[in-house]
Order: sequence, then C-alpha cells, then structure tokens
Amino acid sequence: MTRNLYTRLALIFFIAAVALLVDMRSDIQISNPFNDSVLYRRSVAPRLGLDLQGGLQVLLEADVPETTNVDAQEMETARTIVENRTNALGVSENVIQLAGDRRIVGEFPGAEDADAILDIIQQTGLMEFVDTGDFRPEEGSIIETDFAGGTTAEPTPTPTDENGTNPQPVYHTIMTGKELTSVNVGVNAAGQPAVDFVLSPEGATIFAQHTAANIGKVLTITLDKRVVSAPGIEGAIPDGQGQISGAFTTEGANALAVQLRYGSLPVPLKVVETRIIGPTLGEDSLEKSLLAGVIGLTIVILFMGIYYRLPGITADVSILLYAAILFAVFKFLGVTLTLPGIAGIMLSTGSALDANILVFERLKEELRGGRVLRQAFDQAWSRAWPSIRDSNIAALITSAILFWFGNTFGATIVKGFSLTLAIGVVISLFSSLYITRTFLALALEWFKPKNLERWFGI
Amino acid sequence: MNILGKRYFFFGLSLLIIISGLVLLFTNKIPLSIDFTGGSLLEVTFNDQTPEPGEIIAVYDEANIRDVQVQTSDAGSYIVRSQFLDNEQRDAVINALTENIGAVDVIRFDSVGPSIGQQVTTRGAIAVAISSFLVVLFIAWSFRGVQNAFRYGVCAILAMIHDVAIIFAITGFGTWLLGWEIDSLFLTALLTVIGFSMQDTIVVFDRIRENANIYRRLDYETLVNHSIVQTLQRSINTQLMTVEFLLLALALFGGVTLQEFASILLIGLLSGTYSSIFIAAPLLVLWEKEEWKNWFGRRATA
Repeated sequence: MTRNLYTRLALIFFIAAVALLVDMRSDIQISNPFNDSVLYRRSVAPRLGLDLQGGLQVLLEADVPETTNVDAQEMETARTIVENRTNALGVSENVIQLAGDRRIVGEFPGAEDADAILDIIQQTGLMEFVDTGDFRPEEGSIIETDFAGGTTAEPTPTPTDENGTNPQPVYHTIMTGKELTSVNVGVNAAGQPAVDFVLSPEGATIFAQHTAANIGKVLTITLDKRVVSAPGIEGAIPDGQGQISGAFTTEGANALAVQLRYGSLPVPLKVVETRIIGPTLGEDSLEKSLLAGVIGLTIVILFMGIYYRLPGITADVSILLYAAILFAVFKFLGVTLTLPGIAGIMLSTGSALDANILVFERLKEELRGGRVLRQAFDQAWSRAWPSIRDSNIAALITSAILFWFGNTFGATIVKGFSLTLAIGVVISLFSSLYITRTFLALALEWFKPKNLERWFGI
Repeated sequence: MNILGKRYFFFGLSLLIIISGLVLLFTNKIPLSIDFTGGSLLEVTFNDQTPEPGEIIAVYDEANIRDVQVQTSDAGSYIVRSQFLDNEQRDAVINALTENIGAVDVIRFDSVGPSIGQQVTTRGAIAVAISSFLVVLFIAWSFRGVQNAFRYGVCAILAMIHDVAIIFAITGFGTWLLGWEIDSLFLTALLTVIGFSMQDTIVVFDRIRENANIYRRLDYETLVNHSIVQTLQRSINTQLMTVEFLLLALALFGGVTLQEFASILLIGLLSGTYSSIFIAAPLLVLWEKEEWKNWFGRRATA
C-alpha cells in the first residue's frame, strides 16, 4: 500500500487550500507580519481571450521586404511604443505581444472602435507643440500634456493629489504634428543642423495666433511626450514655417526628420489583420460553454461514482481538485483563456479521467484474478503507470512542439491550445497518481471494505 | 472476441468514409474561411429591414468590391464575405448599407491579409510533422523491450493520419450538407484529435508490450487481439463516458459558432478511439505477417 498517508493528505490539503484561495480572489498579497509592508503581490484576475469576451484584435507586421531581417531589439522597442500609445487610450487589459520575429499582435478586450485604436497605433511619432508658459523644460525630459490621442485637444483639469499640490503639471498642447506638411533638415542661423517644417493652413493659423499672443513665453516641442526643443517665442510667426533647433548633430536632425515623417517606431509597421469580435458572440459562447462544462463534469462525476463505486468517488474528489488547481495555476500564470485553450483543458481533463479509469480497470482485473486487496491496489498502479507515463509524455512532446511553433509564428490558436494542454497534463498526472491514490488508500484503511462487489463494482 | 479477423472489413470501412468524404471535399472546392484565404468578413444586423442578399451584393458592387458572398444566420444577421477590405473601405461599405438599406449594427468584422493564413498553415503542418516524428522516436525508445519497436511508433502515427483524414472527410460531408467552412476553430479541433489519438493508441499498445513479455509463446495475432479485448472496457469508458460527455454537452449547449467545432471534435475523438483498436493494432499484425505480399496475385498457402 502507500506510506506516509497522513503526510500526503496534509500536502494535498495545503495545495487545495492555496488553489482555492487563488481561485476565489482577484489578487493575492502577502504582508510582512512585523510591519505593514507588502512582501508579495500579484494580480490573479481571470483573463478571458477575445473569442470569449469580445473585442478587437490587430496584427501588425514590419513593413520591410520579406528578405530583410528585422532586429529583435527594434521589434521589442516598437512593441513597447505601441503598448504605451494604446495604454493612453484608457482601454484596460490590452495585451501587446511579439509574434515571431516580424509581427506584433495587439488584443483589446471590450474595444469596439477599431479606427480609434488603429489611428493610435499607426500615428506617426506624435509631435506636439506645447505651451509650457515660462517653464523651459530640459531637452530629453518627459512632460505631461493634455493631448490624449483623440482628435480633440481640449485642456483637461490638472490632476492634483490630496495635499492640493501639483505633482506633475499637465501642459496644454496647442497642436500636433498632424499639421506638418513637410519636414526637412536644414541649418539654423548659427550654421548648426536644424529641422525645418512647414505647416498646413489650419496649423499656420493656430501657430500665428499663439505666437502672437505669447511672445516671450516658451513653446516646447515634444515627440511622444519627450522634449525635443524648447525655444522661446521671439515674435509672431504668421507664415506657418518654422525651425526646430536644438543641440543636434546632422544625424540627430536627420533621425528626427524621419521620425516626424514616418513615425517614431524603429520599424515601420503595417496592419495585416483586424478582427472585431462581437461581445454578444463572446458572451453567448462563454456562458454556454461554462454551462456545458458544468453539465459534462456532473455527468462524469455521476458515472465514475456509479460505475467504479468507492474508487470512482475518490477519483471524483481528485478530479474536482484537479479543476481547482488547474484554474488557480492559470490565474496565477496569467494564462489567457480562449476557446482553443478550453479545448486543451478538455483534452487534459480527459487524460486525467483516462488515467483513473486505467488504474481502476486494472484494479478490477487484479481483484477478479483473485489477488488480495492490498496487492491488487499496488499492482493496479504499477501496471497502469507505463501506459499513463508514455501517453502523457507523447502529449507533452506534441504540446511542446506546437507551443514553440505557435510562439514563433504568432499562431495564437496553436499557442493557447498547447499551453493549456501541457499545464493540464502535468496537473492531471499529479491528480490521478498522487491525489487519487492517497484518497483511495485512506478510504481502504478507514472502511476496510469486505464486500468487493459492492465497493468496487466487480 | 475476434476483432483482428475482420481487419480488412474495418480497413475497408475507413477507406470508404475517407475517400467519399475527401471526394466531396475536393469536388465542392475546399471551403476555406478567410482565416486561410485572406479577405474580409462583415457580419451585420439591420435594425428594421430584412433585405434580400442581392441588395447587399448590389451595395458592394457599387463600391467596386469583388468576390462578395452573402449568408444569413439563424440569429437574423447577414454574414458578408468579400475581398480584403481596409478600414476606410469598411466604413464606406457600412455607410453605403445604411444609406441604401437601413441602419446597421456591426456584429463582427474580420479582415485578414492573404499571406498570413497560408504561411501559418504550412508551418503548422510542418510542426505537426516534426512532433509526429519525435513521438515515433519516443515510442520506439519506450518500446525497446519488444521486437520491432519502431513499428509501434509508425502504426500510432498511421492511426493519427487516419483520424486526420476522417476529420477532413467528415468536413467534406459537412460542407456538402450543412455548409461548413474550414476556419481556425477547425485547426483547434484537428490539434485536439491529433493529441488524443496518439495518447489513446499508446495505451492500447502498452498492453501489447506488457503481454508480449508475459505470453512469449503466443502467436502475434492472438496476442494483439487479446490485448485489445483486455483494454476494451477502458477504451469504451474513457471514450464514451468521459470525453464524449464533455463534448456532447458542448454540442448541445454551445453557441452557434461552436457547433461545427463540437461536431468535428466529437467525430474526431470517436475516430481516435476507433483507430487505436481497429486500425493501429491490426496494422501491427498486417506488418508482422507482411500481408501485402499476398494482396496481389495468388495467396500463399496458409
């Protein structure tokens, strides 16, 4: 039989308690008991994929010839920039991921306005002309402006903290780089490299009005909120032509001009795929799948209990624990649950059940063969083990290859499926080999069943 | 119970289903969704009107958009497939629909560049091929205690290919009768069945491995048949009572989008169990006896 049963039981209880704790909360936190500091904190809110809750998916691809290699570091930078830009939209739970070496997948749960998001992603380097009053910010520093990325540039109230002070001033954006019609590298009066720009008629009007009204103040020019140059306004500029001068080298001026023209992304990106997944489709699928899952699981539990009797009931408990642990692991790792992911879960749940069934069929066989219960119990597990081991290793090999593939080529379906399958298989092994075995051994110890027909259904 | 004796009947049955299904699939022009072909799919509902599909096609024609197909769904929405639309074209179409027919709600819009699907599919097939190869190697290693261990790996993969073929065949019937389409969920179902098929076959083979070391004198066909019968109860229970229940619930209660997916999964998993018993194990026997030598020409004396 099995040794250290109560140690095993304690371990199972501990794991189950942790799993249930994670299952029921949306974030976990461990505080230092000696002071109030937080030792560990992690959000474990469940993450649902777009197919389950609706939203927008955008696939971006480096807009360079197929044969050109894209620098991984540059793609990562581009990803970060896209992430920062879209976070400014205030859409929560955006996921921006690299998919392979030349693609970026953006997922925006709950988003419906594709255009707003695409505009933000594709905006060229966001150049702003910012009224900083008398303040002359350092070149290269980052300032807050009231331009949030929408089309209107209305000033918003300056946020203040509880003390009423102003932690981070928010400056008003007069206009953005959208009004630029041409950008060229030139030289300033001192012969240093500078960037010349020409504004559209509307831009020229705004610019003329502002410069006329604010002589002596500072007009800060920023690119993606980073200060490029902060010249003082020396006089009204009526014709919509201006120059940005700063401490530029020729290369620096060139880079800035390119950024203004084509965007500040280190790699140009094009949109190759957009999907709007309706929230009704999502809700419908989710609710019905959940219901289906509950019904399926109920039938399975009833069947196992009725067909396999005592062992079946211990298997039921271990399957429920398997579900609780699986869900907790998903929440803890932040796995996004999608339909392919659910398929992976079903397959691994199937293999958890299969492992139990294999053992119990073996147990019946050994009992029918006339072995005493203790021997039959040990034989059942040791004989069923090679088949459970090999079939699960095969599943792990397959899911590892598929995960690698899905990750490299941005095939999110394949990735979601293989990830949940692999995690599920590992937990299912723990559940069927460790939990079921412990419970069944305990049950045999407690009840000492004599009537094999009644207790084991042989 | 003599299962192996009827092996040619089971081979024939599978071949019949696979061939007729595949013929249907290919004669009907494989219904690939835009996930693979590239293009756009716009699903809308009209607030008040119920226009004929022709009216919608006319709007698209007006905008010079080609390859338009309109389908109505049970829920009363219109699913319009067309060539690839960018966002401006999409807005133009929606505006035109509103002007010419009536106010619309956009339920879904998918737009996929034509290059993506092809590439992902090809490479996905390569990934499956690589993992199959590794599984063959693993099985060969794991079964090294029995003779011709390599055959077990190959036969497990052949059974998996059988299940994949069955899925395509069933999709052939589905497109013919129910207008199914091969989309990305189809891929998910395919992957699930591939995973299941290998697992299931290994369990049956494991019993042959075990028995081969116990009954050394038994002839191979009897040994394999005995092993199948021994694992039959487990196969039936695992299949019908567990995995199928999970799926049956899905098929009954899943949303419309899931029903095609669930049906394919259901049949695929059934085939996964079927092929372990009626294809993979008999193939081992066929190989052992080198029966193909007798297929053509005169039968050797028994």
